[in-house]
Amino acid sequence: MKKLLLGNEALAQGAIDAGLSGVYAYPGTPSTEITEYIQRSKIAKELNIHSQWSVNEKTAMESALGMSYAGKRAMVVMKHVGLNVAADVFMNMSVSGINGGLVVVVADDPSMHSSQNEQDSRFYGKFAMVPMLEPSNQQEAYDITKYAFDLSEKYSLPVLLRMVTRLSHSRAGINVGNRIKQNNIHLPKNSTQFSLIPMYARNRYKYLVNIQSDILENSENSYFNEFIKGPNTSLGIIASGIAYNYLMENFESGKCPYPILKISQYPIPKKPIKKLFNTCKKVLVLEDGYPFIEEAISDFLGENRKVIGRLSGDIPRVGELNPDNIANALGFDIVIDENIPKVVSGRPPELCVGCGHRDLFDAINRLKTETESQQVFGDIGCYALGALPPYNSIDALIEMGASITMAKGAADAGIHPSIAIIGDSTFTHSGMTGLLNAVIEKTPITVIISDNSAIAMTGAQDSSASGRLIDICRGLGVEENHLKVITPLHKNLDENIDLIREEINYNGVSVIISQRPCVQLPKEKKDKLKEIKKVSLN
Amino acid sequence: MKTNILLAGVGGQGILTIAAILDTAALASNLHLKQSEIHGMSQRGGAVQSHVRISDTKIYSDLIPQGKADMIISVEPMELLRYLPFLKKDGYLITDLNPFLNITDYPELEELYAEIKSYPNNIIIDAKKIAKDLGNSRATNIVLLGAASSIIPLSEESLKQAIKTLFKRKGERIVNKNIDAFNKGKEIATEFAL
Repeated sequence: MKKLLLGNEALAQGAIDAGLSGVYAYPGTPSTEITEYIQRSKIAKELNIHSQWSVNEKTAMESALGMSYAGKRAMVVMKHVGLNVAADVFMNMSVSGINGGLVVVVADDPSMHSSQNEQDSRFYGKFAMVPMLEPSNQQEAYDITKYAFDLSEKYSLPVLLRMVTRLSHSRAGINVGNRIKQNNIHLPKNSTQFSLIPMYARNRYKYLVNIQSDILENSENSYFNEFIKGPNTSLGIIASGIAYNYLMENFESGKCPYPILKISQYPIPKKPIKKLFNTCKKVLVLEDGYPFIEEAISDFLGENRKVIGRLSGDIPRVGELNPDNIANALGFDIVIDENIPKVVSGRPPELCVGCGHRDLFDAINRLKTETESQQVFGDIGCYALGALPPYNSIDALIEMGASITMAKGAADAGIHPSIAIIGDSTFTHSGMTGLLNAVIEKTPITVIISDNSAIAMTGAQDSSASGRLIDICRGLGVEENHLKVITPLHKNLDENIDLIREEINYNGVSVIISQRPCVQLPKEKKDKLKEIKKVSLN
Repeated sequence: MKTNILLAGVGGQGILTIAAILDTAALASNLHLKQSEIHGMSQRGGAVQSHVRISDTKIYSDLIPQGKADMIISVEPMELLRYLPFLKKDGYLITDLNPFLNITDYPELEELYAEIKSYPNNIIIDAKKIAKDLGNSRATNIVLLGAASSIIPLSEESLKQAIKTLFKRKGERIVNKNIDAFNKGKEIATEFAL
């Protein structure tokens, strides 16, 4: 029987079956289930496939590169904004190339279901000049992942595999194939390949530039890029990744009258696009995310335009694709019988009942009534919900770790009180270096680490910070007198407010660890945390 | 034949369990299936939905197009109405009547019920009470699945088998309670004589 799998799980199973030796990742919606599937997999355990969470995406990618260096197949997984964190190693390992197959999986989030932007990772793939893959359905997610490792080893380059939310989080029945053996350790044949000092790097960069025509040709002939003939040449359609499904949904017979180029491998295949241009009067480009292909093939000056898509306004420029906005672009009337009745109110997400962040925000809000000038810089995690009513406690939040460094810059500018609120896992992900900056300059900021001992928003995964926060802060040079721990409970509210106020008034760096486990944690994990706490107290 | 089922509720109300039962039953019946769901931020007490598509032919889109849902099954009455643009003409509305009150501007209940009842094919039941009376208030979602079962193109047997498969881990007592919830939901729905 077919296996019922999420797109993410199909991808993970594909990696296991491709002889994977290690997955490295930091959780982030919509990518998290890929790594979790491998963590739960019995066969992955038997094969000793590494799957423990990394501290951030950069450390994850570098570790994956190390495993590839040793000759084994490795995968690194993240959400789209995670690739910003790992961009340094990503750009440079395209120059060094790889040894064992290395697949970089990035899950984009068009429409920002659970993200702060909808950046399109394909631009990174083009920037790094590496092959890219973009499955259109769950079966293809499985098949293309196996193929990705072969492709990576064929050109000795990392391969970027792009997912989008709707494929990541949709289930279907999958046919699973055979599993191949893992690679043995074998070091790189060329001893200078991985040493990117300028004289060697120039050679590697030449290789990368020279191989571009080969990877283009490979993409043009790829099984995953398909030219589908159609009798009506008044329009030709380019549909990349998941867009193909939404397109086909509009033809109940399963037959589209227009010629289609279905793209799931990049570089953008030139030859079949030329063919489509030569045979069709107009070309409609359907792609989830930015107008990546459309921009590349549009007439730069906008004259004699025969390409339509997001740039022309035929498809909305922002937000994800769906069967309906594509129906519109095809000129079909959509029948909508009912609108949402006026009686329906919005229901935004909220912090769980009993969550420790709530008690922290109660304290912060009370302090705001005392000092109007107070500014609170938030960070990425459940506590970002503190930017919404009823709390409205957070004035700014941008990306992982920015709370501490923005608070520092604001304090440098003269803002007081300047408060940073950051989660425990976000702190170890990207907050520690910023704290060191503030410590060195003795900047008057108050850093509150809201420690729920979990990566809560993505499903309460283990936090790298658990049991280590005090030692880390001490190690970074936070003064002992200004390193405090509070328990965010309603009964402690007044006491907590007094303590935070005192630290706000200190003319230097204070760190307050507001510590209470996430209410979503299962009992076993809470018990484990108690053990960790005992050890650290001893 | 293609059936589109939209599941609605608030994060944590168990719509993904309904989805998992439908998925398992569809796959065991050798049908094509696609089921999309929401993970991440909205799971924290926000509005959540899942699109379940079952067919004997290939399914392309993971999302149901607007106006193409055969039914909306909701664990909460206001959440039901949020997805009306997806409902096809004369499609079915199946919902629990108990509101989930975590917002300050929740509408008047009578107004909500009147809106739901203005649609010809509605099944609005006190699934929560039925589940509670059976001694398993967590099975509200399964009562609703039972209530919808006669219009879902999957055999009763395959749905019950899926319930057994999914709850097996929790022991026979929980399995039986969920089967009871399913049966009771099915029974109550017959009163609506659709």
